Amino acid sequence: MTTAATATTTTATITATTTTAVRAEEKMIVFEDVSKFYGEILGVNRVNLSIAPGITSLVGPNGSGKTTLMNLMTGLLKPTRGRISVLGTSPNDPQELFRKVGYCAQFDSFPRGATGREFIEFYLRTHGATGRAVENLTHQALERVSMLEAADRKVAGYSKGMRQRIRLAQSIAHNPAVLILDEPLNGLDPMARAEIIRLFRQLAAEGLYLIISSHILHEVDMMSDSVVLLNNGYVVAEGNVHGVRDEIVEQPMQILIRCDRPQALAARIFEQDGAVVEARLHDDRQGLFVKTRRPDDFYLLLNRVVLDGDIRVESVAPADDDLNAVYQYLISSDGGR
Amino acid sequence: MSSTIDSATTAQKGARELPWGLWAQQTFSILSQELRKNFLSRRALLLYLLAALPIFLLFVLAILPPDDDEFQNINGLSLVFSLIYNTLILRAVVFFGCAWVFMNLFRGEVVDRSLHYYFLSPIRREVLVVGKYLSGLVTAIVLFGLTTLASLFMLYFPRFSSESTRYFFEGAGGKQALIYLGITTLACIGYGAIFLIVGLFFRNPIIPALLIYGWEWINFLLPPLLKKASVIHYLHSLMPVPMNEGPFAVMAQPTPAWISVPSLLIFTLIVLVLAGYHTRRMEISYVGD
Repeated sequence: MTTAATATTTTATITATTTTAVRAEEKMIVFEDVSKFYGEILGVNRVNLSIAPGITSLVGPNGSGKTTLMNLMTGLLKPTRGRISVLGTSPNDPQELFRKVGYCAQFDSFPRGATGREFIEFYLRTHGATGRAVENLTHQALERVSMLEAADRKVAGYSKGMRQRIRLAQSIAHNPAVLILDEPLNGLDPMARAEIIRLFRQLAAEGLYLIISSHILHEVDMMSDSVVLLNNGYVVAEGNVHGVRDEIVEQPMQILIRCDRPQALAARIFEQDGAVVEARLHDDRQGLFVKTRRPDDFYLLLNRVVLDGDIRVESVAPADDDLNAVYQYLISSDGGR
Repeated sequence: MSSTIDSATTAQKGARELPWGLWAQQTFSILSQELRKNFLSRRALLLYLLAALPIFLLFVLAILPPDDDEFQNINGLSLVFSLIYNTLILRAVVFFGCAWVFMNLFRGEVVDRSLHYYFLSPIRREVLVVGKYLSGLVTAIVLFGLTTLASLFMLYFPRFSSESTRYFFEGAGGKQALIYLGITTLACIGYGAIFLIVGLFFRNPIIPALLIYGWEWINFLLPPLLKKASVIHYLHSLMPVPMNEGPFAVMAQPTPAWISVPSLLIFTLIVLVLAGYHTRRMEISYVGD
């Protein structure tokens, strides 16, 4: 009797745990040990990711596996191994998947002869939308990317930036929960880039999952909530940029201290053994770059300097916890695998 | 904004409850999109030229009729048309026309790098196959059906207008025209299915298409059992006017219509299932295509 009761409790616990896991998976984009090989060529290898709402940027050099990951997420490619779930839906079920997902791919080609409006309307009809709903959703999507005026012109006559925007409009037209954007800022002028980044931030604020690949690091840095760094098909790092930077312990942290007597400051900070690895004067001689492996010790030391009062410190800021630095450390220096 | 989202959501909810309704709507969307491409794109020009070829040749024959006996009276023309239909319309125009239309349904999109738009839609791949196949079928039947009828009329009417009117509207001509139209339709169904799958499976479908062409051409030389492994055998069995296939032809009993027609339809169904299965596993990798 006791054994049976224990078994029942165990089963109930397992069921509850499984249900919780399933519910959690329905709120995430999950890659579980995913690999993709093109024959003998590696696309991505052993990718494990859980992507939460907000803007997640895929960053890496050409051929690192960014587009492969996006194509795997949308079922354009099938994984050689592993499992993918997009808010609980398999990419093998397009009918269900693309109700939740919009994908703005990099392929710069369109159905022949279509106008921008027809291009979006056809897509919406495949969703089962009809009549007024198609018109309204199309109008709304065109408006969001500022393409209303050009909507009735043939796509073939569009500039690269306009083609990019009409693709973006198509991918958001059905109000998906997940938006996958492969190099969405390509071909856009600075004004349009700023406008589109604003749109991304707005969509993220509405609770959407935005997965963006881009080569332009400062823009990625500006808009991303988290990043996934890829190199040669491997995920080198993932998470918040500052968090990723903190984990790169082999690279000393760089801090810029703006002060009136940087040379004197340099002399003081080397008093404590090992806290500072390197110090370098700023080009304008009004600041000092410091490299440290023990930032906590360094900040304590700096506090003492400030309290002593003989050097006036204006500002202290990390100089290498942006995406560009992280990219340099992990990828450009071949820090990744 | 919320109203438009609501309307889409309602449509989606409705679609989930009635998948057949959604599939029918998606098939119709694909069909209209594809028909526009099939009839209005630059690729269609070749198709129009091919479809017009027999009409043009028969127009020339109407102006400059040969001295052969068959051309001199209306009774001989049915034999002439049987020959023209078999050798030119069926074996060349319909065959190559279907090859062009159906092989391009998927292969053409891969070449144009636009197939991903369909694959990124909430459309089951099987529905996509059906929609595309139907669009090819409508295109081929409209074009080659018109070719068949126009060729028939072009042979008869310019030189025997009053007899032809009686022949087609009161005599056996009308039924014959309908049978030829039916054979053209069946040819489009059968060849369409074959070339759909060829376009899906082969990166360069020209070589398999030529091999199939050769197989269909040597059909008259094949032993009776092998003859059955071709589309042309079943179409020949339905001909209203049997054609002499020459002294080297291996004779075989024609397959009755009640077997020929369902056989072609079942074959087509099997091919479509296979195409659906293949498309489900298809990946988009334009590089190298």
